[in-house]
Amino acid sequence: MKKLLTKELINRPDLIVIFDLIEEGSRVIDLGCGEGILLYHLKKQKNCSVCGVEISQDKIIECITRGIPVIYGNLDNGLNDYPENSFDCVILSQTLQAVARPDKLLKDMMRVSKKSYISLINIGYIGARVQIAFAGKMPITKSLPTPWYKTKNIHLSTIIDFEILCYELGFKIEKRIPISQYTFLSKLMPNLFSEMCVFVISK
Amino acid sequence: MMHYCTTFYFFNILPAMESSKDIMEFVKEYDFVFGEVPEDYLVLDCGKKIGPINIRYETYGSLNPERTNAILILHALSGDAHVAGKHSPSDKKSGWWDKMVGPGKAFDTEKYFIVCSNVLGGCSGSTGPRSINPETGKLYNMSFPVITIRDMVKAQYRLMKYLKIEKWLAIAGGSMGGMQALQWAVSYPDAVKSVIPIATTSRLSPQAIAFNWVGREAIMSDPDWKNGNYQDKGPEKGLSIARMLGHITYLSDESMAKKFGRNLQNMKDYAFNFSYNFQVESYLKYQGQSFVERFDANSYLYISRAMDYFDLSEEYDGNLTKAFESVKSDFLVISFSSDWLFPPSQSMQIVSALRNKNLNVSYCNIDSIYGHDAFLLETEVLGKLVAYFIENQFKES
Repeated sequence: MKKLLTKELINRPDLIVIFDLIEEGSRVIDLGCGEGILLYHLKKQKNCSVCGVEISQDKIIECITRGIPVIYGNLDNGLNDYPENSFDCVILSQTLQAVARPDKLLKDMMRVSKKSYISLINIGYIGARVQIAFAGKMPITKSLPTPWYKTKNIHLSTIIDFEILCYELGFKIEKRIPISQYTFLSKLMPNLFSEMCVFVISK
Repeated sequence: MMHYCTTFYFFNILPAMESSKDIMEFVKEYDFVFGEVPEDYLVLDCGKKIGPINIRYETYGSLNPERTNAILILHALSGDAHVAGKHSPSDKKSGWWDKMVGPGKAFDTEKYFIVCSNVLGGCSGSTGPRSINPETGKLYNMSFPVITIRDMVKAQYRLMKYLKIEKWLAIAGGSMGGMQALQWAVSYPDAVKSVIPIATTSRLSPQAIAFNWVGREAIMSDPDWKNGNYQDKGPEKGLSIARMLGHITYLSDESMAKKFGRNLQNMKDYAFNFSYNFQVESYLKYQGQSFVERFDANSYLYISRAMDYFDLSEEYDGNLTKAFESVKSDFLVISFSSDWLFPPSQSMQIVSALRNKNLNVSYCNIDSIYGHDAFLLETEVLGKLVAYFIENQFKES
């Protein structure tokens, strides 16, 4: 089963990290759950009670096909429909940079759940920095493939930016797992050498 | 041509019929009568009791030996028990949700046993205002008690018991059918594994009540209505106006623009008169006229009133979450983006209340230009959602 997960999420190492972090039997909500692959495996392998939020009709159909409960919703409208502490884990993968107000969403996430599992695209990554510094252009990388004028990523941040925001909002960073091809360097200087980073934050 | 495999039996009396899938068969109508003695009367929300009651129903597919594959489909205001297929070769039209119900379709009659019944108060076989009141030997007409959505569901529950079904795998319905589906989950939480409320609401909005009012006013101000005591010729003008008004609320600005534009009907220029000039006028006129042929005016009054009174949260100070207190079912809630009669926001309220109860709920707002009518038209996306949802429900059962 784990093999199948790794195969299905070959392009999403952040989700595999999140999968490993989540404890068995948790109540999980995935904001922007896509086709529901992560939730499916959390349900089947870790016996989690799961729920997804998704805006795309086609992806909702995919979730229903997998038997994953999913709710049509726009994250910019907040999580008002979900009562306080109704989940153990809330997942937000590669999405924070695309919402209208990342700070508000973060607060909302911490309201509905004990812990948040967030994978962040790091614009401080060396591949991006080099493009800005030397070419003087907005970066185009593997995780940010779209040019600036049509990207959905309107609120990009670095790992340091995100950590400052968590500090300002009073949230505790429990875990920080950089995802990078430069494993060793990314441990030393995550903000420079990791393309992505998975955070676990709590109140 | 539709090929229909319909079971002509219950309780496995004629299991041999099961093998006749390839033979073209037509859908049969059944009648279930209850409440023939006063103790068995149906107690209505208005406080009155009524009996005997006939419920007209149709079935499709066959019940499995474990009796776990039964699905109840509930019709909307102007619908009936004839959800799919044809009654005879001379039938011009198939049932009202034919694209959704049949072999290999979303409600797959090769896998599931589908039941659809005409509502209490209806005019397509079930007891309603144009039935004979056994006490007087005359038509009930306006002496028929005012019924509610919950009363309709109570009658369906009797049918369920009669069919010896303990639990529905799914209950699905659009519009007023969705109201009944929600009511089922609240009234009989143990009898419903899953619910599919489509293009519906947990309480009828003042706007929808307003449209119903005008529709009824059109009927009741028609001199042919005669306080409900019309003979063969009913208040045709009034009923057709009610239908035309209703039909406008089922469409959307965009779908009307796309379907008719400002096109003229059989003329090159304005006729400078008040008969129908525009295609949209001619369409509405046709809709109104054809409705009169198949629907009864008094039934329209009673059923639309039942919708007005529908408010699940009424007994709970407007708190829908409290109304769902005892609900156990899984849900697939569906709305349509351009539906302004039962707008997506009203489905979202249902979803939110169900989520508050930590129930297993899915929700899709289908992108469509067809307005409220989309639940009858957007069968491709709707079909996929319904088929996969039920399949997973069936696997779990």
